[in-house]
Amino acid sequence: MIPSLKAVVVTAAAAMLATPTAAFSQGTLQKVRDRGQLVCGVNTGIAGFSAPDDKGNWTGLDVDFCRSVAAAVLKDAGKVKFVPLTAKERFTALQSGEIDLLSRNTTWTMSRDTSAGMTFTGVLYYDGQGFMVKKDLKVAAAKELSGASVCVQTGTTTELNVADYFRRNGLDYKPVVFEKLPETIAAYNAGRCDVFTSDVSQLYGVRLTLGNSEEHVVLPDVISKEPLGPAVRQGDAQWANIVRWVLFAMINAEEAGISSKNVDQMLESTNPDILRLLGKEGEFGKGIGLDNDWALQALKQVGNYGEMFERNVGQGSRLKIGRGLNALWTEGGLQYAPPIR
Amino acid sequence: MGTDMGTTPTGRAHQPPPSPDAGVVAWARKHLFSSPFNTLATFAGLWIAWYLASAIVDWAVLRAVFTGEDGRACSKPGTGACWPFIAHKLDLFIYGRYPESEMWRVDLMFVLTAIGLAGVTIPDLPGRRWQVVYTFLILPVVGYVLLSGGVLGLPLVETERWGGLLVTLVVAIVGIVASFPIAILLALARRSDLPVVRWTAIGFIELVRGVPLITMLFMASVMLPLFLPSGVTVDKLMRALIGVAVFSGAYLAEVIRGGLQAIPRGQYEAADALGLTYWQKMRLIVLPQALTLVIPGIVNSSIALFKDTSLVLIIGLFDLLGIVQQSIASDAKWFSPSTPMTGYVFAGAIFWAFCFGMSRYSQALERRLSKGQRR
Amino acid sequence: MARGESDAAREARPGAWRERLASLVFDPRVRGIALQAVLVVAIVAFAYEIVSNVTDNLARQQIASGFGFLERTAGFDISQRLIAYSNTMTYGRAFLVGLTNTLLVAGLGIVLATFIGFAVGIARLSSNAVISSLAAIYIEVLRNIPPLLMLFAIYFAVLKGLPDPRNSVVLPFSSYINVRGLTVPKPLMAPGFDAFAIAVLIGLGLVAALAIWSRRHRLATGRTAPVVPLAVAILLGAPAAAYAVAGMPFTFEAPTLGRFNVTGGLTLLPELVALTTGLTLYTAAFIAENVRSGIEGVPKGQTEAAAALGLSRAQAMRLVIVPQALRIIVPPLTNQYLNLTKNSSLAVAIGYPDLVSVFSGTILNQTNQAIEVILITMAVYLVLSIATSLLMNWFNARMALVER
Repeated sequence: MIPSLKAVVVTAAAAMLATPTAAFSQGTLQKVRDRGQLVCGVNTGIAGFSAPDDKGNWTGLDVDFCRSVAAAVLKDAGKVKFVPLTAKERFTALQSGEIDLLSRNTTWTMSRDTSAGMTFTGVLYYDGQGFMVKKDLKVAAAKELSGASVCVQTGTTTELNVADYFRRNGLDYKPVVFEKLPETIAAYNAGRCDVFTSDVSQLYGVRLTLGNSEEHVVLPDVISKEPLGPAVRQGDAQWANIVRWVLFAMINAEEAGISSKNVDQMLESTNPDILRLLGKEGEFGKGIGLDNDWALQALKQVGNYGEMFERNVGQGSRLKIGRGLNALWTEGGLQYAPPIR
Repeated sequence: MGTDMGTTPTGRAHQPPPSPDAGVVAWARKHLFSSPFNTLATFAGLWIAWYLASAIVDWAVLRAVFTGEDGRACSKPGTGACWPFIAHKLDLFIYGRYPESEMWRVDLMFVLTAIGLAGVTIPDLPGRRWQVVYTFLILPVVGYVLLSGGVLGLPLVETERWGGLLVTLVVAIVGIVASFPIAILLALARRSDLPVVRWTAIGFIELVRGVPLITMLFMASVMLPLFLPSGVTVDKLMRALIGVAVFSGAYLAEVIRGGLQAIPRGQYEAADALGLTYWQKMRLIVLPQALTLVIPGIVNSSIALFKDTSLVLIIGLFDLLGIVQQSIASDAKWFSPSTPMTGYVFAGAIFWAFCFGMSRYSQALERRLSKGQRR
Repeated sequence: MARGESDAAREARPGAWRERLASLVFDPRVRGIALQAVLVVAIVAFAYEIVSNVTDNLARQQIASGFGFLERTAGFDISQRLIAYSNTMTYGRAFLVGLTNTLLVAGLGIVLATFIGFAVGIARLSSNAVISSLAAIYIEVLRNIPPLLMLFAIYFAVLKGLPDPRNSVVLPFSSYINVRGLTVPKPLMAPGFDAFAIAVLIGLGLVAALAIWSRRHRLATGRTAPVVPLAVAILLGAPAAAYAVAGMPFTFEAPTLGRFNVTGGLTLLPELVALTTGLTLYTAAFIAENVRSGIEGVPKGQTEAAAALGLSRAQAMRLVIVPQALRIIVPPLTNQYLNLTKNSSLAVAIGYPDLVSVFSGTILNQTNQAIEVILITMAVYLVLSIATSLLMNWFNARMALVER
């Protein structure tokens, strides 16, 4: 009697707690369609990439990419549930199926791509690690930092890079490692460290939150390659293709001059590249299991890569980060997408 | 020290009435200046008290800023508290990112919970049975529906949007309520005559009590997803709740075990003699007495749990402390040298008020219980 | 059924098997065994389910597993190390550094919290109203604030209160205090160090022997011998004499103020100070309450008897009251020590490189081997807890023996 009652309780509890998110064999695309919602893992708070605004809406480059994918798959950029993740949780969250897509300023590295159960689908933002110091220390280059105390956040490639950099150059340093970004910034600001190190894109954001921004400088040295990109679970080629090609479509659209504002006129274009991208010609949507207007929807609702960039981290934002490496290849940058044909 | 503390015997006509001052002087001589060392200690203590009190008033009132629209108002060197920071962020600190149009649901839930808690905690109210049913059965269901919505025309509010005091209270209250049945089962199992049952309980309790809550939370957030069959996921807040409830359950089990041990053997034997089954014996005879005995202990472990809720910020949930800290460190608009201390003091005061209230309640109960036993 | 009936007769009766079954079902012993069997099966099934899910998940997602990662090069630095460590050593070595840092902060915290806790607990019972109210305020304020919040507040208050390195407070013997910590000269071993170390050990041994003798002497004669000055003389004299005789067996590496930091010397990190202070003050509030109730548990007659013997209040406290109160105090004290040790894992929030920060933080992130790392971490805390419990139980047993 008692055991059976317990079994009933346990089963009921399990049913209440756990949301079965369908079997893996079903494929992520089908899962997202059935749910009518894309679940996207983002950063808990990083200016320009993913941060809640005053009303609690998520904004940022990583966040906008999630919206593009939702627009391409579900035809509605609003059908995204954002799950804020700490650096430590992000991989398990993806591996376990809690999220469909990890778009959380994550560096593409070989070990992550091969032995952490996930596949990177491209580079949304070419970043590199840099240093920020107080201006009155009169440091001009990173090589002068011997003996400095360095504030760094754990759970990132940052920690390893800084160790490698100082080792490579035969310099000493004193790491002060924090679990979360707020404490790291607060400690730097309180003078605990001479140097704050992180991806350069973050340094500009952090500098803004210091209040007395002009007292801090970001050094010109970039000590590492940090290609930040979206990642999906390993073993679902179709879903990886969708995420990959949504990103390529955003970049190709910028190259072809298609933006959210002129996308409707562009449908009348005679340029075959544009017609293929917008789904007027060919059956490219079918190849990734979507309708032919997949890229059209993403562009219309979210915009092309350049728009996303300028709005969130570029001149349209308070960060004012230049395009730099993230300019199109035609303009001296690295953003180069394979053609849609 | 007020004069009322002096023992002034009045209404004794046959003695010469001592002046009230004499009472104070006598009291002071006995309690403050009985020896040179004592006199020194008194003055040192008074100086410390004066120093602390003046530092607090100076910071919180005299040098504080009361109006302003952003951090620049508080940026002057030597500024004390930056109160406009709290005033502007109050909604965020209480509700987190809960949609503004739906905040009434949280308010309603606060009221319903307060009613439920008052019913359970105030002694000698009529209709105890209904209050318990309301608080432990109806309230959780109503609360779940009300806060997360998605049914009955209430818009869905995902737990990712919950934050601040709301999350603190949800974690604390759900943790306390859910740890109760876990704790009772564990405590009974630990005192069971069946070796396997007993050793399972001992192993579980000691395992959980031997590790820090942080590692339990890490386990819930990082390892639990790997324990589940592929494709099954559990909401992040729910995972933290499971971790907290299990953790608190193990501690509470030891408190309840203390109560079980304090019940005289005769009670068990009498119940057996009446032919009650094990569960009848526990439910009707033993547990009511044991639980009453350890109510102060239960309140103390609730206090500990309430303070522990602040740890969920480490796994990326935004409780009161987490959201205060996020605002301090990542909102450029409010940055100023005086903002961090203001935020921490505000969070500290709220936590303190709740915990101090609970600990006073526990002490009052203890006095009441010991009075009952003295009778 | 009739008592006289033979077994054979019972067997022969129709429906007997049913009765037998019923008696089996209602036999508490049989039910007990059945319940335990069910429990064992349930636990095994649960464990099997978890293990198979984990293996399945790891294999399907190609996540590395096993403990081989402990042998790999760590590649990161740690700001405080009690044992030799550099970033070319292994993850296993980094784990040990984190572990020793945890032990350090837990040990310091336990000792300091015990002193402060006893002081505040005794102050709480002082007949001086000002002192006892101050102690009450201390207890009631600190007990009711989350320790994490206290750590944040103390850490940032400490950082705010200290000057930046270029405005360091310079102390004698080229020591410096600044926001990076307190830096003092570091002793470097030189020839003759062994002789010095042995002399120090002999000095300590002499003092211990003296303490034992003085206790015996007091118990035998009832008189207290004036041994304290002698002990101090030995403690200071022995190393000084050895230092002179062995010909300065160690030298000091004086720290110097560099461009960014003070370099060289030994540094006491502000994180360690903040963490120890926070844990100590928080735990001391609880210990004070235990001490108060322990002392209140000693019958008043004991105090009066001590006074009648002519003992001063301090002597009465030390020789009569506290030893008896300890029997009540030690069990809850053990719990407080365990709590302090576990709370030291909050270090991760303020940048102190303890076990959780180094191992469950940095190493977990670099290796992605969540299961192995968290299991090891939990096992370490479990061992620490069990060891502390055993030690305190032993101490408690000794205390109890004093009863005659």
